[in-house]
Amino acid sequence: MHIKEGLKERHTLSVTVTNEPGVLARIAGMFTARGYNIESLTVADITEDDSISRITIVTTGTPAVIEQVVAQLDRMVPVHKVTDLTLLGDHVERELALVKVAGTGDHRIEALRLAEVFRANVVDTTISSFVFEVTGASTKIDRFVELMKEIGLVEVARTGIVAMARGKEAI
Amino acid sequence: MPKEQSGANILIEALSDLGVEVIFGYPGGAVLPIYDALFQQKRIRHILVRHEQAATHAAEGYARATGKPGVVLVTSGPGATNAVTGITDALMDSIPMVVITGQVATHLIGSDAFQEADTVGITRHCTKHNYLVKSPETLGNVIHEAFHIATTGRPGPVVVDIPKDVQVATAPYKKPGTINHASYRPQVKGDIKLIEAAVEMLAAAERPILYTGGGIINSGPAASQILRELARITGAPVTSTLMGLGAYPASGDQWLGMLGMHGTYEANWTMNQADLIVCLGARFDDRVTGRLDAFAPKAKKIHIDIDRSSMNKTVRVDLPIVGDVGHVMEDMVKVWKARQHTKADLSAWWKQIDEWRAKKSLSYPPSTTEIMPQAAVQALWNATHKKNPIITTEVGQHQMWAAQHFHFESPNKWLTSGGLGTMGYGLPAAIGAQLGNPNALVIDIAGEASIQMNIQELATATQYRLPVKIFILNNEYMGMVRQWQELTYSSRYSESYSDALPDFVKLGEAYGWKGIRIETPDQLESGIAEMLAYDGPVIVDCLVAKVANCFPMIPSGASHVEMILADDQVSGELDDEAKALV
Ligand SMILES: Cc1cc2nc3c(=O)[nH]c(=O)nc-3n(C[C@H](O)[C@H](O)[C@H](O)COP(=O)(O)OP(=O)(O)OC[C@H]3O[C@@H](n4cnc5c(N)ncnc54)[C@H](O)[C@@H]3O)c2cc1C
Ligand SMILES: Cc1ncc(C[n+]2csc(CCOP(=O)(O)OP(=O)(O)O)c2C)c(N)n1
Repeated sequence: MHIKEGLKERHTLSVTVTNEPGVLARIAGMFTARGYNIESLTVADITEDDSISRITIVTTGTPAVIEQVVAQLDRMVPVHKVTDLTLLGDHVERELALVKVAGTGDHRIEALRLAEVFRANVVDTTISSFVFEVTGASTKIDRFVELMKEIGLVEVARTGIVAMARGKEAI
Repeated sequence: MPKEQSGANILIEALSDLGVEVIFGYPGGAVLPIYDALFQQKRIRHILVRHEQAATHAAEGYARATGKPGVVLVTSGPGATNAVTGITDALMDSIPMVVITGQVATHLIGSDAFQEADTVGITRHCTKHNYLVKSPETLGNVIHEAFHIATTGRPGPVVVDIPKDVQVATAPYKKPGTINHASYRPQVKGDIKLIEAAVEMLAAAERPILYTGGGIINSGPAASQILRELARITGAPVTSTLMGLGAYPASGDQWLGMLGMHGTYEANWTMNQADLIVCLGARFDDRVTGRLDAFAPKAKKIHIDIDRSSMNKTVRVDLPIVGDVGHVMEDMVKVWKARQHTKADLSAWWKQIDEWRAKKSLSYPPSTTEIMPQAAVQALWNATHKKNPIITTEVGQHQMWAAQHFHFESPNKWLTSGGLGTMGYGLPAAIGAQLGNPNALVIDIAGEASIQMNIQELATATQYRLPVKIFILNNEYMGMVRQWQELTYSSRYSESYSDALPDFVKLGEAYGWKGIRIETPDQLESGIAEMLAYDGPVIVDCLVAKVANCFPMIPSGASHVEMILADDQVSGELDDEAKALV
């Protein structure tokens, strides 16, 4: 016997929630409990009084699963609103990464040159290393990291994706 | 400024403001302040169970039989973990319940203190919502909010974890006004455009069926009344899930019986051949649909449910309507009448249905030497139905026989663990139901294995003089397991024999109950009469045919039309795909 799986899509969801203890565990736990995937999850509070957080979740699943993910999020008590940005159509996605690269001589020069191409900033430097800050679509960061491997990648920290619909409306 | 009082008193005040009359609980260190507050008041009655799991099932039984939320009070650590099964049961069956758990003092949380357990962590995914209360100032509002969440929308269990210092510390309490929750706002009214579309589909259908479920019971007795009206004006046949039994009267002409795995031939075939299925507060459970790709292939589907996540979860529907099923049905009836639709001519459909009915799928081989379990349920129904009894069950074959052969005329009379299928539910649920309905006849139809899972509750009934009846269909097997083993594993009865059974008559007597044993068919009627004549709790050990099987049955992974009706169709071994399904 084999276990069957359907065709998967990747969706970016924006979720606003009441900023209460356990809310993140509630959401992340719902994903594991129901067997949904989380590719990336970012969360930060977006109001002056710390009352509401905005969570961006990138998930994969068949269209039916994605529909369930949205419905399951939507019915949770602390969830205000769930928006499937991928369904909505045009939206921007950005991620930030810190990338530490070590090396001397030509490697240093090449690292700086590539950083310029990727519009990465140097946020820390020593005689033999740099920490670059790079933002952009996740694929851009992937590529930057990939190139840095050849030069002397030491470590990477990524924020995960934040996203927003284009145009003047709020979600 | 209202006067300061302890958290424990705030809890009692809030509960009585919410109209709570009874709490099912069990004391312990982390709830001693609350128990002391309970001791000093008379408004709320505390029922001392003998195990916290039973407190949760008793609360479920109380809730299902009265429509009011069930309330539970348990201590931290083991008290809370013992309650988890019943909390999960209430989540699966959409039962409104509020569980108050004690917790170690706030400064001790996280230190592996005595009887500390991460109750909010453990119950996060088996509750509709849960809270850890960190100050007495917020306690009153949290309690009110907890009841609001437990009882509105799709009902469910809510846990409120209260550290011991919060129970002792003081704060003012004032009854809050109407709760306007920032993010939780269940949709009650359905979209009228969609309702109009549903009415047109129903008016145009040639082979419609109303597939009703527990949501109608959740909505309240008015929903059952309006269902009857909707059925009357459309003339459509009506079936129900296990959870919805009683919403439509079993004596009604349009009643097809339960559908699903152990549903009737006519209910399942009607679903399979329908051109329109109107799902009213049911959730297309796997016990109901059978093999999904063969489920109701010809039907358009309308789904009315208060929980959007029930829509398109397992079966894709053509017209989902989010809202309270009672309200939506009321609007449907109004639109139907306003548009002057008349009952369509469904005579061809009914003729077909009558042919399926003629199969008499609930019949079973009679016996003169043994008591057939189905006959026992029928005899029980014959003797009691005029009293409009409340029936609870445990889990297994007896539960299905009760669903098939005990006919319900009204809602809130049938209390069973459907979604989680929890053995041990029936006795505490009967206790809860009896407390909510002191004058009702309450009977737990049980199996000899299940009843042992919460047998300690015999004492609770004795203590509170609750005249509940237990009717054990004793087949000396975990019959449902044995039946599956017969069907799937060539009758290799691995660990499904109920060995070393107690003498249930003596056991009942030891707890102050009356015990009756029924051994032969000729004792059945008199035994039941004796049970009914006794003004107190009675346990009946009814010895039934040992290896009878429950039919009809749709084997897992099969479609509605692959129903097995009798033993001679039972195959010996199923393939791995089928074995992997539950
Ligand atoms: C041994 C065993 C065998 C079983 N065999 C069968 C079987 O043969 N047939 C069968 O039917 N079941 C069977 N069950 C039960 C089954 O597992 C499910 O529990 C049951 O089918 C679910 O019933 P339901 O669809 O009515 O949903 P429930 O679990 O009652 O859920 C109610 C639905 O209504 C919605 N709802 C709640 N309140 C409202 C409201 N106010 N307005 C609108 N919607 C609302 C909810 O969101 C939910 O979707 C069996 C169980 C056991 C233990
Ligand atoms: C707590 C729990 N454990 C295990 C099961 C699995 N199970 C389902 S039915 C059943 C047998 C029930 O036997 P009995 O109570 O004698 O009822 P019968 O089927 O014989 O009528 C078992 C073990 C369950 N439903 N609940």
